[in-house]
Amino acid sequence: MIDALNKPAAAVFVGFFLFVSVLGFIAAHWKRADLDDLHEWGLGGRRFGPWISWFLIGGDLYTAYTVIAVPSVVYAIGAYGFFAIPYTILIYPLLYVVFPKLWSETHKHGYLTAGDYVYGRFNNRWLEGAVAFTGILATMPYIALQLIGMEKVIKALGFSAEGFMGHMPLGIAFLLLALYTYKSGLRAPAMIAFVKDLMIYVVVIAAIIIIPARLGGYGAIFDAAQSVFTEKMVISQGKIVAGIMLTPGQIMPFITLAIGSAMALFMYPHALTGILSASGGKAIRTNAITLPAYSVALVLIALMGYMAHAAGIRTQDPQDAVPQLFLTMFPDWFAGFAFASIAIGALVPAAIMSIGAANTFTRNLWKPLFQPAISTRDEAALAKFTSLLVKVGALFVILFMPTKFALDLQLLGGIWMIQIFPAIVCGLFSRRFNGTGLLAGWSLGMALGTWLSWGATAWTPLTKLFGYANFGIYNGLTALAVNLIVAYCVSRLSPWDQYAHLPGNQKEWL
Amino acid sequence: MKFLIFILGPSLLAIAVPLYNRIEPRLAGFPVFYWYLLLLIPFGSLCLYLYDRGRSDDRRPE
Repeated sequence: MIDALNKPAAAVFVGFFLFVSVLGFIAAHWKRADLDDLHEWGLGGRRFGPWISWFLIGGDLYTAYTVIAVPSVVYAIGAYGFFAIPYTILIYPLLYVVFPKLWSETHKHGYLTAGDYVYGRFNNRWLEGAVAFTGILATMPYIALQLIGMEKVIKALGFSAEGFMGHMPLGIAFLLLALYTYKSGLRAPAMIAFVKDLMIYVVVIAAIIIIPARLGGYGAIFDAAQSVFTEKMVISQGKIVAGIMLTPGQIMPFITLAIGSAMALFMYPHALTGILSASGGKAIRTNAITLPAYSVALVLIALMGYMAHAAGIRTQDPQDAVPQLFLTMFPDWFAGFAFASIAIGALVPAAIMSIGAANTFTRNLWKPLFQPAISTRDEAALAKFTSLLVKVGALFVILFMPTKFALDLQLLGGIWMIQIFPAIVCGLFSRRFNGTGLLAGWSLGMALGTWLSWGATAWTPLTKLFGYANFGIYNGLTALAVNLIVAYCVSRLSPWDQYAHLPGNQKEWL
Repeated sequence: MKFLIFILGPSLLAIAVPLYNRIEPRLAGFPVFYWYLLLLIPFGSLCLYLYDRGRSDDRRPE
């Protein structure tokens, strides 16, 4: 089982892992408050200033899965995988314009989740339920993918075992995570995020200095990648389209995926949890200005896909490309450090995601359906318990479900998430929508997005509109367009459903 | 107007793919596609910063 274990790497890995676990438990005593209150457990009491928010939101957006998945797409097909970069450029103006406003609304009324806000704004329990359901549905596979990221690096350490034992390290890691999230709430990932980010930056800086120096510079890396892609295209007789530039057919999918993913991102419960825990609009705006530093790191991480080609790494599973690259290029102990940074990078978002999903479940599904008069203490206790369930659920997804299914669900998750965009954002800036209309739009958007993605053998996120070969559009955006039109029309046609509450001075931003 | 330039400007540059989907001229070995995106990130951040500073003159209490 551990014969092939890379001992120096594994020792460093385990050491760092234990260190952050201790931090996770200590975090309960940080900014001490009553953790039996959901505001404290689930949002850190909304007292995270610009610095803490920077690490927390950053840890939320740039996850272990990002570090594994983005370079793996780049490794497999090249420039197309870089859609993640315009995507991360688009999210910050959006964060700057929309979310300080949402923060002040939620702060004023004591809302904890998107569902709370939607109910307060539109007085529609069904819409609240729809928003909560969408969030939880999309979050589960996302947590499962963080586990896949962790499993990749554990495998790269040389750990191999059959069946149940094979999942042991992952199980232990997740048990620790579940325990300290239960105890410390959002404070745990906030504290761990500091360590994780420092480690990731050290790895990235080392990688961009050491690897190009050993491979003959960036020019040589790009050329090597291009020649691998050209060869791939010739061998597959044009079936695989890959290259360090986009082909004409890839341009529209590239653009619409970037826009759609950006609109979906902050709709996820975990992203909202990260934002709402900030101490104010100013902290959020400061973060919109400073968070792009992570995007620069993401470009460099994505380039590792090309570096792997230049280093001569050939793997069947592109997701093994980056771990293999680290093992080839770095001394063992540093590879262990790099793997630890990826694994810890999985813990932060997994914790925030489970907290976000737990808050949402407790406040927007359980409370209205079963226990409208729930006390604050019971509410917090239920959320803590739910966060455990969510993590166990994600672990089961990994143990018993084919990985491909989790990947497909994650893909659909983005398409689903955008469908609550109108309910959140239109409500903040316009009076022209009501709950009935938004619910109708959401239903059609969800149905259309799922139907468009449905494929006989695999789910695909793109559909060629009007039959043009070069006009592949991200299904999330197509469905969103229908969603918005329906929401607007139905809202106009149902003038009796007008809820009076509207956020103050909605013009102040424009 | 300010909103258009500082908030939407970088976003439009980010999705103007035909503008940067090319190789030459390279910069330090990076094809245009890559150095363009790499430079656009701090540029977008700078635009937000300038917009934010302009706003703070008439800042209302939070």
